[in-house]
Amino acid sequence: MFLGEVVGSVNVIGYGLAAIGPGLGIGYIAAAAIDASARQPELAGQSRTTMFLGIAFTEALALFGFVLAFILGG
Amino acid sequence: MFFGASGGGLHIPSTEELFSWPDFAFKGTVFGINKTVLLYFLGALIVGFLWIVGSRRQSLVPRGLQNLMEVFYGFIRNNIVIEVMGVAGLSYVPFLATLFSFIFVLNLFEITPFILFPPTSRIALPAFFAILVWVIFIVQGIRSQGAGHYFKGILFPPGVPKPIYILLTPIELISVFIVRPLTLAVRLFANMVAGHTLVTMFLIFCETTLFADSIGVKFVVIPSFIGAVGMLGFEIFVSAIQAFIFTILAAVYIGESIHGH
Repeated sequence: MFLGEVVGSVNVIGYGLAAIGPGLGIGYIAAAAIDASARQPELAGQSRTTMFLGIAFTEALALFGFVLAFILGG
Repeated sequence: MFFGASGGGLHIPSTEELFSWPDFAFKGTVFGINKTVLLYFLGALIVGFLWIVGSRRQSLVPRGLQNLMEVFYGFIRNNIVIEVMGVAGLSYVPFLATLFSFIFVLNLFEITPFILFPPTSRIALPAFFAILVWVIFIVQGIRSQGAGHYFKGILFPPGVPKPIYILLTPIELISVFIVRPLTLAVRLFANMVAGHTLVTMFLIFCETTLFADSIGVKFVVIPSFIGAVGMLGFEIFVSAIQAFIFTILAAVYIGESIHGH
């Protein structure tokens, strides 16, 4: 066994790396939505809707990684 | 099927076992019927029944099923179409209402007892709806703005110095005409695949640990069960959100075609 040998599926490493960006992104989006609701409470509904939209966009990237890790690796 | 009942090891099924079902009628032909196809038809029947029966004998003061369907229709009309597309998009409300309710009902099959399988986790349905929305927004753009003006507005947006077009136009082309339908389909598909896989994993852990040989392992069934129930609850939320996101993105794309970039 060589020291640098990776055994098993490398797909899971790819999935883990793919989840970093969306994790940070969703944190930023939720923080911005909370800030906006605190500054202007009458627009809380609208900013909540926009928050869900932004979360869906960034979550799609994480899910690309998850699904491709499973499907391309078996 | 799963070996937990015999006290054997944990058998984690492959993706094939979780998602592909054998045909039980018209085997081998293009029209083969398996559990997924049956669920499509069932979902279409339910949605058809809800909307058609809810809109018969319309009264000014709604009662019963009409009341419920008016809540959904009002939500889509006010919160999605008027917010995003303006008054010009009101002709699209029936299409978007059908899209939303069909995707929502199909997603909800993930959590209904005896059917724990979302047919939207097969790429066929999300891909078809994504292609449908794509064709609709291109055709609507050509109809509202004329073919030349529409494509020029997307690929060569005004107010940009000329040399930037070498960089901007391929990016815009790929982003609007290729990435949008692709992400629309894969977002719904991947969310449902991930949810179904997690629910199934927790339930497999429940069964394996419950029938395991050692008594210590049997205690792990408690957190497994709590996890399974929690995941099923989360799936209700994800089902609603994904149907809503698909609909509102379809509205955004079609609205952009109507009004211009």
